[in-house]
Amino acid sequence: MSTVIKSQTDVAKVRSAQPNPRRDLSDKAIRNIFIFPTLVLLIAINVFPLVYSLYLSFTNYSAIANKQPVWVGFENFGRVLSDERMWEIFSTTGQYVLFSVALQLILGFALAMLVRDKFFGSGLVTTLILVPMMLSPVVVGLFWKLMYNPTFGYVNYLLGFSNPSLAPDWLASRWAGDPTPGLALWAVIIVDVWMWTPFVMLLILSGLKAIPDYLYEAAAIDRASAWFQFWRITLPQVTPLMMIAILFRTIEAFNKSFDLVMGMTGGGPGTQTEVVAVTLYKQAFQGQWQTGRASALAYMVLIIIIAISNLYIRNLNRMKEGA
Amino acid sequence: MSDVTLKHITKRFRDVTALRDVSFEIADGEFFVLLGQTGAGKTTTLRVIAGLEQHDEGQLLFDGELVDNLTPADRDVAFVFQQYSLYPTMSVYDNLAFPLRSPMRKTPEAEIRQRVQSAAETLRINHLLDRKTAHLSGGEMQRVSIGRAIVREPRIYLMDEPLSNLDAKLREALRVELQHLQKTQGSTTLFVTHDQVEALTMADRIGVLDQGQLVQVGSPDDIYDRPATTFVAQLVGTPGINLLPANRQNGSLIVKDSSIQLPKQSGSDNVPADFILGVRPEDVQPSPNGNFAGEVRLIEPLGVETILHIKSGQQSLLSIVTGMASWTIGEPVRFNIAGDRVHYFANDGKRVS
Repeated sequence: MSTVIKSQTDVAKVRSAQPNPRRDLSDKAIRNIFIFPTLVLLIAINVFPLVYSLYLSFTNYSAIANKQPVWVGFENFGRVLSDERMWEIFSTTGQYVLFSVALQLILGFALAMLVRDKFFGSGLVTTLILVPMMLSPVVVGLFWKLMYNPTFGYVNYLLGFSNPSLAPDWLASRWAGDPTPGLALWAVIIVDVWMWTPFVMLLILSGLKAIPDYLYEAAAIDRASAWFQFWRITLPQVTPLMMIAILFRTIEAFNKSFDLVMGMTGGGPGTQTEVVAVTLYKQAFQGQWQTGRASALAYMVLIIIIAISNLYIRNLNRMKEGA
Repeated sequence: MSDVTLKHITKRFRDVTALRDVSFEIADGEFFVLLGQTGAGKTTTLRVIAGLEQHDEGQLLFDGELVDNLTPADRDVAFVFQQYSLYPTMSVYDNLAFPLRSPMRKTPEAEIRQRVQSAAETLRINHLLDRKTAHLSGGEMQRVSIGRAIVREPRIYLMDEPLSNLDAKLREALRVELQHLQKTQGSTTLFVTHDQVEALTMADRIGVLDQGQLVQVGSPDDIYDRPATTFVAQLVGTPGINLLPANRQNGSLIVKDSSIQLPKQSGSDNVPADFILGVRPEDVQPSPNGNFAGEVRLIEPLGVETILHIKSGQQSLLSIVTGMASWTIGEPVRFNIAGDRVHYFANDGKRVS
C-alpha cells in the first residue's frame, strides 16, 4: 500500500471507503440514534411535567376549568401553610411514617436474625417471607380490607371475636360500635408493616451475612457475652444497611403509602387515615381539581423528603468515615 | 501459664478427617510451632485447643485437667487470627481493652488503662491508640491483634499464621519481636505456620503435620538434622534437600544413573539394598579435585550464597556455596559429598538409621 495510515480517523476512512453499507454510519451517529429517543421520552414525560408543575404551583390553574393559568405568586404555598387541616394531615403522615418504619425495622431485624443461620428449609422460609413485598399495593389493600371486615373478616376471627357487634371495626375506627380514634391508622400501619418488613429484613440480612465469623470467634475467646457481641459487633456492622433501609422506607412511606391507604380507607373515616399523598390526590383530581394548589403541596412534600434524606445520608457518610 | 496436652485427638468434618490421632504436649513456657502445608490440619488443631471446634475423639488437657467440655471463654486462651479480626467500629484502645471489659472479668477501668498502655508500649503502638482500626496498615493491625492477646494473662497463646499476610520486611521484624516477647514473658505459645524459616527460627520445638497426622515432633535441630521422613526433610531447608534413588553394593552406596558412589559409612549398616539418599545442598561442595564429576546446569546467585544446579549422569543435585561464585552454565565441575552428613530413607519415605 502506498498510503500511510496516520491515525484512527484514517482507519475509519479506509474502512468506510470499502463497499460495506452497514458501515455508512459513524459510531457517533449510531450512538446518537440510540440515545435520542430515550432522551426525548424522558424530557416529555419526566422533566417537562416536573418543570411545568413547578410553574403551575405559582398559578391558580385548574385542569378542568378550561382557563389559562394566572400567576398568583406564593399564594398557593401560603394557603397550604395556613390551612389548619394541613397540619393535621402532616401529623397523621408523620405518625404513619414513624410507626411503620420503626416497626418494620424492629421486626425486619428480628426476622433477619432468625433466618441468618442455615436450618432445614431456611431457603424456602426466606422466600416465603419475601412474598408480601412482591404483591401490588392495591391488591394488598383490597384483600386486607376483606380480612379486616368486622362481619366475615379473618382478622377478628383469629383474634377470637365471634360477635360482630362487640368486635372492632378496624377500618371504621370503631370498637363494639364506639368510636376509637387511631384504630384505622393502626390498621393501615399493620398492613404496611406486613408488606414491607421483608424488604427491611432482606437488607439487614445481607448486612448480617457480610459479618465475618472470626469476629464472633474472637469475641467468644475474649469472653464477650451474647449481649455484648450484639451491641458491639452485630449492630455496628449492619448500621449502614439499616440506615439505607430507613431511608428507602421513609421516602416510600411518605408518598407510596397512597396505593395502600386509598385501597383500604380512602383516607377515612373522616380524615383519620388521610396521609399527605391522599390529600394531594384529592386536591388534584377530585372536587375542584385545584391543580395549582396541589402542585404547590407536592413541591413542599418533595422539599421535606429531600431534607430528611439529606439528614440520613449525611449521618450515613459520617458513620462510614468513622468506621 | 499452662502446659497443654493433646491425647489422640481426631477431628472429622463430614467425611473428611482433618486430624487423625494427634498427640503432643506443650510444656509451660514453651514456644511450640506447628509446621505443615495448607490443609495439613494446623489451624484445626488450634481451633480445637481454643474450643472453636469440638474434637470427635481424644482428650485435651490444660495442666492435667480435662477441658473438652469447656467453652472458648472458659478455656481462657488468647487467639491471634490470620485475618487480624479487629473489631472494625472501635478504636485501637477499645480493641485492646475489649477482652478486659468482658463482664466475666470485671477489671477496674484504671487497671485496664494501665494494662493497655503497657501492651501498647511493648508493641510500639501507643501513638495509634485513638485511631479507628480501619485506618491502620496490615502490620499495625497485626500488632493490635497481638496486643489484644497480651493485655490479659491467658493460659496459652494460640497464633494462627499471624505473620503470613505481611510483607517480607515486616514479617522479619515482627518475628523477632514475637520471639523476644515470648522469651521475656515466658508464655506458653502454640504458633502455626507453613513457613519453615519461621518454624526453625522461633521454635523451642516443632511439630510437623501432614494430612492431619503428626509426622515428627522435635527441636529445630532434630527436624533439620534428623528428619523422620522424606516429607519432613523436604519441608525444611531452602533450597530443598536432594533426594536421590540409590542402592547398596558391598557396603558402598551407589546413586543410580550417576557417577556418585560413596564408600561404606558408619551409619549405613541397616540401610536396605534399595533406598533413597538424602543430601542437604550445603553438603554438596564443589572442589577442584572432588571425587565426583558433573556439569553446571543453572546458577542462582543470591548474594550471600549461590545455588548451583549440578547434573551428574541422569541425576540433578543442588549445591549451595557461599558468596557470588564465578561459574558458567555448561562448565564441568567436580564436587564432594559429606558422607557423614547424608540421610537414609527407605523407599516408603521413612528414615533409616
